Amino acid sequence: MKHSTLKLIARRLLHAVPSVIGIVVVTFLLTRALPGDPAVYFAGPAADEKSIAEIRTALGLDRGLPEQFGIYLKNLAQGDLGVSIGTGRPVVTELAERLPASIELTLCGLLFALSVALPLGVLAATRPNSAVDHLCRVVVTAGVSLPTFFTGLFLIYIFYYLLGWSPSPLGRLDFVYVPPPHITGFYLVDSLLAGDVETFRGSAAQLILPAFTLGLFALAPIARMTRAAMLSVLSSDFIRTARASGLARSKVLIAYALRNAMLPVLTTLGMVFSFLLGANVLVEKVFSWPGIGSFAVEALVASDYAAVQGFVLAMAILFVALNLTIDVLYTFVDPRVKMDS
Amino acid sequence: MREFFKHLRYVIGENPVTAVAFGLFALIVLLAIVGPVIAPFDPLASDTNNALQPPSPEHWFGTDQLGRDVLSRVIVATRLDLGISIAAVALSFAIGSALGAYAGFFGGWSDRIVGRVADTIMAFPLFVLAMGIVAALGNTVENIVYATAIINLPFYARVARAEVNVRRDAAFVEAARLCGNGDMRILAVHVFPNILPPMMVQISLNMGWAILNAAGLSFIGLGVRPPTAEWGIMVAEGATFIISGEWWLALFPGAALMLAVFCFNLLGDGLRDLIDPRQRT
Repeated sequence: MKHSTLKLIARRLLHAVPSVIGIVVVTFLLTRALPGDPAVYFAGPAADEKSIAEIRTALGLDRGLPEQFGIYLKNLAQGDLGVSIGTGRPVVTELAERLPASIELTLCGLLFALSVALPLGVLAATRPNSAVDHLCRVVVTAGVSLPTFFTGLFLIYIFYYLLGWSPSPLGRLDFVYVPPPHITGFYLVDSLLAGDVETFRGSAAQLILPAFTLGLFALAPIARMTRAAMLSVLSSDFIRTARASGLARSKVLIAYALRNAMLPVLTTLGMVFSFLLGANVLVEKVFSWPGIGSFAVEALVASDYAAVQGFVLAMAILFVALNLTIDVLYTFVDPRVKMDS
Repeated sequence: MREFFKHLRYVIGENPVTAVAFGLFALIVLLAIVGPVIAPFDPLASDTNNALQPPSPEHWFGTDQLGRDVLSRVIVATRLDLGISIAAVALSFAIGSALGAYAGFFGGWSDRIVGRVADTIMAFPLFVLAMGIVAALGNTVENIVYATAIINLPFYARVARAEVNVRRDAAFVEAARLCGNGDMRILAVHVFPNILPPMMVQISLNMGWAILNAAGLSFIGLGVRPPTAEWGIMVAEGATFIISGEWWLALFPGAALMLAVFCFNLLGDGLRDLIDPRQRT
């Protein structure tokens, strides 16, 4: 990696700092916006006077707002997000244990969406008003209109109840399998590392439906953007020149057109991640997927405040990290970004 | 105006789907207004002898686990679902466009602050932020409206800011200023009406998303409480029966939700073609 690229990545990291500060301030303010006494909320419905008083001191609720923020920052820096009332364990531990499940699901969904949306968008753009183009339009409009929880349920109905092809939609692995030894936390990767093909197959079978549901939702904006970007790139002068020079059709399409069309697509990916992480919560609930989304849903219903706050913070940080990755990818796809700096 | 109708006829003729969307929109609004009157049964009346009956000539959409008529519940829910999303979109339109227009017109500090606020909201995955807001403010329907309004705010603020900014130094603004109008008056009376068309497109594109978000929040058990008829919560209640094969409980409210969102998305695309043909994709 060249020196300039490293410098650029460092600069992107700096750009993310205001976002992170904003996220931390907002999550802090959200807890202080609680109507009534936050200490009572954090302590949970079953708490007595003494534990409420303890929490009040621990959160610094008897002191001024800036000081409370200082305590909040200090706890954050030590990785202390409080204790979940529902499970009685630190929120950080809960989130860390469940995060791989969510990431595995989200990434598989995204991978599926990309592998369908990119070819679909490219095909639709190269053949305007053909059958593929109409298919693309239908998929794009239907994809954004389908509530994820609804699609998920009906996939379960068709593939589990009617056809019996997929295993029962309860979690990451059927109970007949033993979870693979923990290495990365991704069952697909771990089971392969352990050389356990059966478990790999089992976890893949559990993963297909939820990943498909998520992917269907993310597919629409990507396909739409790919089509639009390809259309505008294909009508530009350098493509005409490339064609006139007698380059192979595939070379023109992939090396010249697609690479340039990828830039707006990468930009939309940021928005897609925002939708994807939100839809993730709904899909996890539908499929009883043991990720941080279903953890948050349980916490919300039980008014488990520290858990919800930790979840919102974790999701926001994850989102910033994903956007950073996109920015860095951007510099690899588009060399002009480097020259600007 | 005649020009506009000519263009409208052209756009609808070119894309018949837009006409379908307009029809669907009228139907949804009608159901929201007269729903409780035309619903064949009381949406809350339970009849345990008739629980979990599949669709039949008497109950077109079947009955749920308490024997309530699913069709009536789907119809009656239209008002609540539409109400939540209209209230949320109206709120974020009012606040977002005012902030955005102010920032775009005056620039400077106001611009920086509004931009920073919008960026901070957008730094969260929006549905997750809505969950956090509802958790913080309390689990009620009003707070669903506020949460949905807040997560939509940046879109309106950004469009309003950009549209006002390009018109800030337009000739008609200079003319109004020479006539002795103050800044606020120019912004409110001369510039703002001009940014309404792009804002309308934003609204109809946003409506569908607002409905989806509100229904998603009630699906995970926030806001609307049983036995209230609402599409999201009806799908959630029907979810438990899907794996035992009672599909009608979740299918019909889900399909209603989907149709409503679909209608608003098509309407948004149609409106955009009408107002700004350059953005067609």
